[in-house]
Amino acid sequence: MARNPVTWLGSPTFPKAAHKALADTQLRQNLRKATGTIRARRAAAVIEMNDWEQLRVAGEQIKDDVLARLDTLLVQLEESVTARGGVVHWARDAAEANQIVLDLCREENANEVVKVKSMATAEIGLNEALEAGGVHAIETDLAELIVQLGDDRPSHILVPAIHRNRSEIREIFQRRMGVEVSDEPADLAEAARVYLRQKFLTTKVAVSGANFAVADTGSIVVLESEGNGRMCLTLPETLITVMGIEKLVPTWQDLEVFLQLLPRSSTAERMNPYTSVWTGVTPGDGPQKFHLVLIDNGRTATLEDSIGRQALRCIRCSACLNVCPVYERTGGQSYGSVYPGPIGAILTPQLVGDMHDPQAASLPYASSLCGACFEVCPVRIDIPSVLTHLRAEVVEAKGRTAESIAMAAAAWMFREASRYEKAQKAGALARFLARDGRITSLPWPGSKWTSSRDVPAPSAESFRSWWRKNRG
Amino acid sequence: MASAREEILARIRNAKVPAAPQVVRGYNRKGPGGVEMFAERVADYRAIVHTVSGVPEALAPLKGKRIVAPQGVPQEWLIDGVTWLHEPLSIEDLDRADGVLTGCAVAIADTGTIVLDGGEAQGRRALTLLPDYHLCVVRADQIAASVPEALERLESTRPLTFISGPSATSDIELNRVEGVHGPRTLEVLIVT
Repeated sequence: MARNPVTWLGSPTFPKAAHKALADTQLRQNLRKATGTIRARRAAAVIEMNDWEQLRVAGEQIKDDVLARLDTLLVQLEESVTARGGVVHWARDAAEANQIVLDLCREENANEVVKVKSMATAEIGLNEALEAGGVHAIETDLAELIVQLGDDRPSHILVPAIHRNRSEIREIFQRRMGVEVSDEPADLAEAARVYLRQKFLTTKVAVSGANFAVADTGSIVVLESEGNGRMCLTLPETLITVMGIEKLVPTWQDLEVFLQLLPRSSTAERMNPYTSVWTGVTPGDGPQKFHLVLIDNGRTATLEDSIGRQALRCIRCSACLNVCPVYERTGGQSYGSVYPGPIGAILTPQLVGDMHDPQAASLPYASSLCGACFEVCPVRIDIPSVLTHLRAEVVEAKGRTAESIAMAAAAWMFREASRYEKAQKAGALARFLARDGRITSLPWPGSKWTSSRDVPAPSAESFRSWWRKNRG
Repeated sequence: MASAREEILARIRNAKVPAAPQVVRGYNRKGPGGVEMFAERVADYRAIVHTVSGVPEALAPLKGKRIVAPQGVPQEWLIDGVTWLHEPLSIEDLDRADGVLTGCAVAIADTGTIVLDGGEAQGRRALTLLPDYHLCVVRADQIAASVPEALERLESTRPLTFISGPSATSDIELNRVEGVHGPRTLEVLIVT
């Protein structure tokens, strides 16, 4: 089977990538400022709601219900979309999905498409696949455009260019658009408006993702801010929407929960500026051809794991990224995937589905397990529990390693009090390696530990032996 | 070989996910609502808001401009001195217009949102997208208190656009800036 493009080919493991990112002081400054801003704004948007916890519980339950009845609901969605003039396609993996979209573009003789920001299409590497097939994809979301023009990679689910500050964005725009522009955000937004206007008015095919699809009505929902989404969803003749099979809600009423949870969790607004809802094709209004591509790409495998499957509740708000102390310091690109941060650390390895892949297997360790992500998650994904569960899977996949041998030795040592005391005495000898009470490098196998952190020097005397002497 | 559809559905069934418990809707489905809250929250997102008793008198500032008037706009709104543009309109016509005047389907007090459904006095979606100025008339009885109340009043299979303030972005340093691709000025007339 082809490798899953959800992780970027050739990415180093998380500790290696993080080590490099931590040395980038500009990156850390940009991230501290941006995540600090959004954290405060989100808290204010949430505190206004006295029923926030009840909404979270309902969000969790609705999504769990979707996962329990996924087959029935997908078939129902297919029926309702088809009844309203849409065409539904199914794709097992990224390659199959990309081929479907490319073929649809060719059918329309399109060599250019405009795109609404979409995690699903980023996950399957659609832009690259289209480019290889001779179709140029133009990203129209401001942050996606910054990433695309900067030949860069995304680093955040909501704001893929979060690692760039205004002066870096100005530099990219001047270089690639050939215009003079200040570094005022309003001027930068204006430059993007002018740059994309003609594309919106003339391009015949648009590609979008979906935030939600309502199974019983066939309605697709996209939330956005800039109006680039409305442009793509309204003006072209053909619309191709790519979505993960888990993005369903059963009924129209269920949306009332998510239209409250998502804006406050992601952009910290009571409501995002624009939300578009369409159902199949409406004669005389908007695209007259509509295709919906449903992608699996590792989701059904994730569904099989009773603990890990809750990652499929995710509505891609990115609140967990914004509160994560690890993400704030390492940035999103260290995760080597379009899904960074705490949700990425549990979703990416499951979509990859191979714990022998060293990069994917390093992601469940990209956390201090502080639990801030769980607290802010609008659909109550218990990220710390899934992280520890996946760590166990990583250890199991490794088989006999220095770590598993050390753990087995520790278990043997702890079983007998006398063995434990002997070990403590031996351990105390390590004091001679310490400077200022810390050990920065132990001989092998301890070097495995000290390569990335210091160890406090052991005490000269154990508590047990002190107790016996003084109180025993 | 099984089709992708059959294979995906089979894999889902094979995962044997246990049935989920009944969803508990313990959240508020109603809210205080009201004209005042709606006006305040629309204004929070830098839309211009006026509360008026009659529409035609409030339209005087449109004089001398080229304004799109969708199908179903009441005759009394079409005041003299404005160049009213009616369908059929091309994309270029819309792009060159100074603005658009519409009604709405529903509004939401809790979030300061107006919702268009392509019905009377709203027209197809492009009409409210391309002109840089959108003037929207909201009747007090169209204001729902909460998101759940608003969704209940809407017909989901119509093309819907929820609008909360003018076009904006949070993409530069996660701070909100108004004015990107959609109308950069949103003005709301609340008729009491």
